[in-house]
Amino acid sequence: MPFTPVVLTTDALLFLLLAAAGGYAWYARRREHLRAPWRQVARSRLGMMAAVVLCAYLLVGIADSFHLRLRIAQPDAQAAVRYSPEVLSLLDLATGHLRDAVEKTYSAPFAATLYVRETVTTPDGTVARVYPRLRHAATHLDDPERQRLGDVLATAATGALQGIALWALAVALLLYGLARSGRARWRTVLRQVARDELAVPWRLMLITAGVLIAGAFMLANLSFTYHVFGTDKVGQDVFYQTVKSIRTGLLIGTLTTLVMLPFAVLLGLVAGYFGRWVDDLIQYLYTTLNSIPGVLLIAAGILSLQVYMANHPQRFESFAESADLRLLFLCLILGVTSWTGLCRLLRGETLKLRELEYVQAATAFGVRHLGILTRHLLPNVMHVVFITVALDFSGLVLAEAVLSYVGIGVDPSMNSWGNMINQARLEMAREPVVWWSLLAAFTFMFALVLAANLLADAIRDAFDPRLRSVP
Amino acid sequence: MTAYLVRRLLYAIPILIGVNLITFTLFFVVNTPDDMAHLHLGVKHVTPEAIVNWKRERGYDQPLVYNAGGEGIAKLTETILFNKSISLFAFRFGASDTGRDIGYDIRQRMWPSLAIALPTFLVGILVNITFAMLLAFFRATYIDVWGVVLCVIMMSISTLFYIIAGQYLIGKLWHLVPISGYDTGVDAIKFLVLPVLIGVVHGIGSGTRWYRTIFLEEINKDYVRTARAKGLSELRVLFRHVLQNALIPILTGAVVVIPSLFMGSLIMEAFFGIPGLGSYTINAINQQDFAVVRAMVFLGAVLYILGLIMTDIAYTLADPRVRFE
Amino acid sequence: MSETQPLLRVEDLHTGFGVEEHMVRAVDGVTFTVNRGEAYALLGESGCGKSMTALSILKLVPMPAGRITGGRVWLGDEDLLRYPEVAMRRVRGRRAAMIFQEPMTSLNPVVTVGGQIAETVMHHSRLSSAALRARVQESLSAVGIPDPERRAREYPHQLSGGMKQRVMIAMALAARPDLLIADEPTTALDVTTQAQVLELISALRDDTGMALLLITHDLGVVREMADRIGVMYAGHIIEEAPAAAFFSAPRHPYTQALFESLPSARHRTAPLATIKGNVPRLDRVFPGCRFASRCTHAWELCETHAPRWVETGAGHAVRCHLADPAVTRPSPVMPEPPVSAARPGSTSKEADRQVLDVRDLAVHFPVRRGVFKRIVGHVRAVDGVSFSVRRGQTLALVGESGCGKTTAGKGLLQLIAPTRGSVMYAGSELTRLRGEALRRRRAELQIIFQDPFSSMNPRMLVADIIEEGMLAQAVGASAAQRRRLIDTLLEDVGLPADAGRRYPHEFSGGQRQRICIARALAVRPSLIVCDEPTSALDVSVQAQILNLLKRLQSEHGLAYLFITHNIAVVAYLADTVAVMYLGRLVEEGPVEAVLESPRHPYTQALLSAVPAIDSPGEQRIRLGGEPPSPANPPGGCHFHPRCAHAMPVCRERYPPVVSFNGAHTARCFLYE
Repeated sequence: MPFTPVVLTTDALLFLLLAAAGGYAWYARRREHLRAPWRQVARSRLGMMAAVVLCAYLLVGIADSFHLRLRIAQPDAQAAVRYSPEVLSLLDLATGHLRDAVEKTYSAPFAATLYVRETVTTPDGTVARVYPRLRHAATHLDDPERQRLGDVLATAATGALQGIALWALAVALLLYGLARSGRARWRTVLRQVARDELAVPWRLMLITAGVLIAGAFMLANLSFTYHVFGTDKVGQDVFYQTVKSIRTGLLIGTLTTLVMLPFAVLLGLVAGYFGRWVDDLIQYLYTTLNSIPGVLLIAAGILSLQVYMANHPQRFESFAESADLRLLFLCLILGVTSWTGLCRLLRGETLKLRELEYVQAATAFGVRHLGILTRHLLPNVMHVVFITVALDFSGLVLAEAVLSYVGIGVDPSMNSWGNMINQARLEMAREPVVWWSLLAAFTFMFALVLAANLLADAIRDAFDPRLRSVP
Repeated sequence: MTAYLVRRLLYAIPILIGVNLITFTLFFVVNTPDDMAHLHLGVKHVTPEAIVNWKRERGYDQPLVYNAGGEGIAKLTETILFNKSISLFAFRFGASDTGRDIGYDIRQRMWPSLAIALPTFLVGILVNITFAMLLAFFRATYIDVWGVVLCVIMMSISTLFYIIAGQYLIGKLWHLVPISGYDTGVDAIKFLVLPVLIGVVHGIGSGTRWYRTIFLEEINKDYVRTARAKGLSELRVLFRHVLQNALIPILTGAVVVIPSLFMGSLIMEAFFGIPGLGSYTINAINQQDFAVVRAMVFLGAVLYILGLIMTDIAYTLADPRVRFE
Repeated sequence: MSETQPLLRVEDLHTGFGVEEHMVRAVDGVTFTVNRGEAYALLGESGCGKSMTALSILKLVPMPAGRITGGRVWLGDEDLLRYPEVAMRRVRGRRAAMIFQEPMTSLNPVVTVGGQIAETVMHHSRLSSAALRARVQESLSAVGIPDPERRAREYPHQLSGGMKQRVMIAMALAARPDLLIADEPTTALDVTTQAQVLELISALRDDTGMALLLITHDLGVVREMADRIGVMYAGHIIEEAPAAAFFSAPRHPYTQALFESLPSARHRTAPLATIKGNVPRLDRVFPGCRFASRCTHAWELCETHAPRWVETGAGHAVRCHLADPAVTRPSPVMPEPPVSAARPGSTSKEADRQVLDVRDLAVHFPVRRGVFKRIVGHVRAVDGVSFSVRRGQTLALVGESGCGKTTAGKGLLQLIAPTRGSVMYAGSELTRLRGEALRRRRAELQIIFQDPFSSMNPRMLVADIIEEGMLAQAVGASAAQRRRLIDTLLEDVGLPADAGRRYPHEFSGGQRQRICIARALAVRPSLIVCDEPTSALDVSVQAQILNLLKRLQSEHGLAYLFITHNIAVVAYLADTVAVMYLGRLVEEGPVEAVLESPRHPYTQALLSAVPAIDSPGEQRIRLGGEPPSPANPPGGCHFHPRCAHAMPVCRERYPPVVSFNGAHTARCFLYE
């Protein structure tokens, strides 16, 4: 094999989460009461538009989660097979041209030259202060000043066309699928979608997807010949960093939830249902954890981990692995600080449900505690879980940036929006301002968080229009 | 009522013990003082003597929980647990790893923190309630719908963006106020305007949206219908009946953070160079000064519990249903 | 005092909810007139649009979901629906005031009672603060609230339910309106409190001469209060008549069926008349008579042509083809005589066998106070109750809310741990059973709850709901066998076979109660505790459920412990009655004895407070005050502070049991 797969812990957990979501979807597919609220989510225009955007992010995140190590080509065919110590993802393979395209230092988006002047000695011996040409961008242009705009537009247009072609194919497939499942002629379906007559706002979703696909192709096409978002201080491509940061953001938002969910649900249900000393104990537990300021608890945890890692470097095989462990630990400790809210909500909800007559009826039938917890209580608090998870996601993505800024976020070597902002913020004081790193990170983060917030709103409205959203 | 308060105060003791145990475990059991010494002195090229010295200077050379070498009570008191953790209950924070008196630093730095946090908090609540009332008044119209969308957009923007953009626009481009720094007395105001403004704007999205839900929840209640049936105007219904009821969850929800205002805001203070407790904490984290982090964790917990107790008092003051129980 | 000068004229009023295609026409062409000084009752079952009519008159329909789509409302010579919101504010409270069903939630919890009344007064007239205070206190004393000065400074939660409704009335009347709209003003109140409030409204009407528009579902309340009655069904009025004519000769088949389906002692020997089916949904257009699908007299014409509004007598009009002289009925079919089931009841041979014997059952809830939450007292919800239930018979446990009857039911089922006492069931002491042994016993004692909407898990299929108990109690050997049993059960309670594959929310209240009965029967109990199983249902549906319970009792030899506050249901269903007051039984005996010659003053007052349809205007025993708190019951006889016959001894000791001919007993010194 030309490579060996590497499964990082966070990868495994992400796949587990996806499998769980898939399993739930399959289970809910045939249960009307579980499907009904989701169907309502599917009718929300803003919500579905956001879902399309989230899907795009998720695809990138998944592509960035299949890791492998390439085989090192060796001259001697007999030698034992050796793999490169560098762990790459599928996304890295696809964007190899960006990863290796390292300039000397800053360059602006679509620039052909560096952002700072350098002293060069021309062949004729004179010394001049010039903006040197970039090594990896716009190299095919003889006279960037004149040719650049046309070239950028042409490349972008080609990309957009490719994107639109792919989109058209996808639309055709979707229409075919819709027509088959609805047992309608595909022309009818086309007309319904075009006039937006179906319950699900397909037209809006398709337009969103079209814009996203065309935009992605445009950027991808341009990225071969330009640094579309410029380069940073050490000359790394900002577009590459931004895209790589998607996985980090997604993982922080989802894994934290995955980590805390079992505790929050179990303890919340048990506290509310059994009451008495069990309740007292669990309440004590979460009040105590809650009373430690979140940032400080995270700081304490991360600092402890740092000390541990600094003193036991031999435990970690590779750079990627130790960064991955730090990410996981961050999720864990974020989970510890954020499970208390959900736990308290669930406890309150269970307290209410426990007094409901169907729970009493079950007791009157002699149904065991476990049966009551799993059959009567858990399904009836799931809406709280969904709403909280959806609302928490965006908060966690935003928190990552702040924590990384404070220095207790993900590993500084890891690509994340927080690290990008942290590294770039001092450049705001430069004259002229280096703004592209910040803007790229903020824009990508904003789009993800906004989409997540809008979808969370739709989910909340569908599952429980009365539940108050606590910030 | 008094009995209830006493109960809450007593309840604070096990919680603080819990907090203390957690920090003790994190800082002394998971990582031993030796580890810390290594971290500060470097892993390589460090002599055992240097480590012993480092520990002795900071009082980390004692056993963790039990000093077999001590005499009588000293078996328990001459330990790290007693000197570094239990002493916190007497608000004796000791010295930082760099040798400064933490208690003194805290007393010095909490006022600048409060000078930003308190105005941000008060103005924030006022602004959010005003906007939420507006949205509630225009409920189910386009003003409301787009107001909520705007709130969601504002919520989706990172705090860091507000700060950086605010500093750039107001401080750097328009030169209205200094970008960062601090001064004492009245001169402090020009340094406070920008952080307070940014803090308020940053909170508008989530705050307004949350208060709006509270208002709408109240508006659908039966007593509001009764008020309308009396012939009262919509404004009077909103201000006299809805606002008065909605203020109970709003104010009691807000009271819990009041004591914690002393702790300041980490990033605000760091960005604006305010010498408060927030920047103190950040510096401690960056310099890996565990003594300060430990002290701040304990202080934070105390203030949080104080907030909880104040919430209970606020409830009894605001809600006659609780007051007359 | 009835002048025939119209005060309120509602003409062809339409109010709808939702958007065009799915619009629910809650009010669909309502026309009626209320004259000055008159009491007009709008009678109807839940969902008929009567409350929405009331809200539409004052334009208080919840926006933006609902809106008034047509018609006219004249108050005097003012055309209310043309008025802008600003002008309506002058009308509301001043010319027409309104009180609502839930006094608990209809008052602002954070404003003092006096403040809320003063607000109404201030809004409609300018007064000095002293005059305002006097006016507030005057309003409070007018509604019979003692110590108005103190009460005015109190908050709503410090008052009892009846007091709150009095405050609501005081508030509504503070600006002296010409018309009072009362939307189910006593539905949330106990029967003795209801009697007080109704009496108060009548008295105030006599004083002020205001007109009353009463919205209610209760025929008894109508009988007590109304001069004229309009019956609403599916969004419009189907019959209108003066009170005398209405009660002596109702014309519309629906009205007649309502009367027939009221349970009472007279009906004991035969099943109650019921109205088949359910109230139709109002999101469609009706081509014919809206009642046709449920009417026993209906023929083709009823389905296709809407009946005219036919005047049949002085002020008596009805919307029915039967009453229309212009319509000839093709072939008069006699309505099917109700199927009468033989009543086993007391004649059964096995009747003597006791199934359940409860001795001195007490359920106390501790009251904790102080720093360490020490127990400083107890709420004696149930305080030493003894009774027994015999096989195939029904014991009715009667009392007002808060008397502990539900707690007693749950205590004997061990759903709440009793504080003391014994519950003997089939030779075993239930209070001593623990864990598995208790779990096994649970099959034989079942419970049916009051609220058919919260008593089933909304996320389970009906078949799974019924099967759950069977699984827990190992009824039925295989899944297939259980499925067969479930099908039989569903058929037995009168539900279609496919009901098992549907979710609870797809059924109406009555159907849900049938499912609950099937669920209880699935584990083959011998005793079922019925906790107010029909109080959330409409009268016509209540009759269906009562019939079903009675049939199942005779078929399966079930014993019922029937917990209720509804005396009519007791008279219809029970064999023996036990009356509860403040956690204790005050009177017990065979149903005829207790209902016809009640001995305890409380029982007498309770029975007397029920508004009777047959004999209005009869002198009532009125109870003063409200039941005291069970945390702090009065010394001696719990009832003495409210008792008209109280003697010094009543304050000192709790009265012993006095027995009248055999099984009829009461705890009262009057008979010692």
